[in-house]
Amino acid sequence: MEFQFQFDWQAAIDSIPFLLKGIPYTLLISFGGLLIGFLLGILFGLLSINKKWFLRWPATAYIEIFRGTPILVQVLFIFYGLPDLIGRPIDPLTAGIAAIALNSGAYISEVVRGGVQSIDKGQTEAGLSLGLSRSQTFWSVVWPQAFRRMIPPLGNQAIVSIKDTSLFSVIGVGELVRQGQVYIANTFTAFEVYFVVAILYLAITLSLSLLLRALERRGVASV
Amino acid sequence: MTHIVEIKGMNKYFGKLHVLKNIDLTVEPGEVVVIIGASGSGKSTLIRCVNGLEEFESGKLVVDGHALAPRGGNQKALAEIRKEVGMVFQQFNLFPHLTVRENIMLAPMKVKDTPKTVANATAERLLNRVGIGNQADKYPSQLSGGQQQRVAIARALAMEPRLMLFDEPTSALDPEMIGEVLDVMRELARDGMTMMVVTHEMGFAREVADRVIYVHEGQIVEQGKPDQVFDNPQNERTQAFLSRVLAH
Repeated sequence: MEFQFQFDWQAAIDSIPFLLKGIPYTLLISFGGLLIGFLLGILFGLLSINKKWFLRWPATAYIEIFRGTPILVQVLFIFYGLPDLIGRPIDPLTAGIAAIALNSGAYISEVVRGGVQSIDKGQTEAGLSLGLSRSQTFWSVVWPQAFRRMIPPLGNQAIVSIKDTSLFSVIGVGELVRQGQVYIANTFTAFEVYFVVAILYLAITLSLSLLLRALERRGVASV
Repeated sequence: MTHIVEIKGMNKYFGKLHVLKNIDLTVEPGEVVVIIGASGSGKSTLIRCVNGLEEFESGKLVVDGHALAPRGGNQKALAEIRKEVGMVFQQFNLFPHLTVRENIMLAPMKVKDTPKTVANATAERLLNRVGIGNQADKYPSQLSGGQQQRVAIARALAMEPRLMLFDEPTSALDPEMIGEVLDVMRELARDGMTMMVVTHEMGFAREVADRVIYVHEGQIVEQGKPDQVFDNPQNERTQAFLSRVLAH
C-alpha cells in the first residue's frame, strides 16, 4: 500500500497568522506568572530558611503543596473550583497567570533557598564583623552572589513555565495551543498546525536560552 | 574601665562540648595579645566571642564599655561592638562580587553613612598603606592570597576600629606570601593598634606580642611576655606544645 500522507506546506504557512495571535497570551501568562512567581519565590524561599519555625513551616507547606500537585489540577481548581468559594467567576487569563505564579513560585522558592544556602557562611560573618546589620549583610553581600548562582535554574524554570501554559488551553485561554486547536477544527490539518505550534514554542524558549546565556556570561565575567 | 576587653568567668559550649572554660582575660588599649594553642583548643572561638560571632553561655564580656550578655543578649551592645572591632579571617572572606575598592567602601558607607568621595579616599589611602594601591579596581579573585588578605585588613581598618581581631590570618596562605601579611600586621602593631591575634606564627608572636596566651582545651593555662612563655614556660602543657611546634 502506498503511503498517502504528504506534509502540506501551504497549510502550515496559512496557519501562522492565526497561531501568532496566541503568542501574546502565551507570553503574558508566562512572564506575568513568572514575575509574580519570582516575588513569591523570594518571599517563601527566604521564609523557608528562617530560624523561626512559625515562619518556616507555612513556607515549607506552600512549597510542598504546589510542587507536589500537577499544575493542570491547580489551574482547574482555580478556574472551576475557586469561583464556588468566592461566589464569582474568574476569567481564564487570571486563572492561568495565578497558576503559573503559584506553581513557579514553589519551584523558585527552592531555587532561592539553594542559592542563598550555597553562599559561604564566612561572607555573612565578614559583613557582620564590619558592623553591617543582618539585613544589610544579606542584601548587599549574600543576595547579589546568590542571585548570580540562581540565574541558570531560574532560566530553567522560565522555560518549564512557558511550556506549562500550553495546558491552559483546557480552560479556554486563547494561547498558542488553543489557537491551534481552533484552527484545526476548521481545517483538519493537525500535523502541520501542531508542527508550527511546536516551532513557535521552540522560538520562544530558544530566544530565552540565548538571552540567559548572555546574561550569565556577563555575570561570570565580573566575579 | 581602661580595659578595652574584659572577660570574666566566660563559658562556652558547642552542644555538650565545653569549649571555653571559665575564661578570665583583659586586654589594654594598645596591647598586642597573641593567642597560641593546638587546633581545637578554643583559641579561635575565644576571639570570635569578642565580636559576637559566637555566643557564650555564661560569664561576663565587656568590649570598650559595651557589655554583651550570654546567649546573644543585648543586641544593641553587639551592634556597637561590631562597629568598633575589626576582624580578619583565615579565609579572607572578601566579597567576590565587589571590586577591592568597593569591598573597602561598603561598610563605612552603609554603617556610618560616610559620603562616597570620603569612603573612596579612605580606601585609596588604606590600600597604599597595605602596599597594593594599584589594585583598587580589580576583583578579589584576580589577586594573590597575600594581596587578598591585605585587602581584608584594609577593609577592616576602614571602619577605624579600636581593636583588631586576627583569626589565623596566614594559615591559608602559600608560604611565600605569609611575610607580606605579617609585615602589615607588624606595622599596625607599631602604630599602636590594639590587637588580638590567633596564630601559629611563633616568630611573629615572639617579635610583636606584648603578651602571649597559651590556650589548652578551652582554658588559659599560661600567659606572659613572649620571652617568658617561649623560653621559660611554667606549665608542662605549654612546654609540650612549644617543644612540638618549635622543634621544626
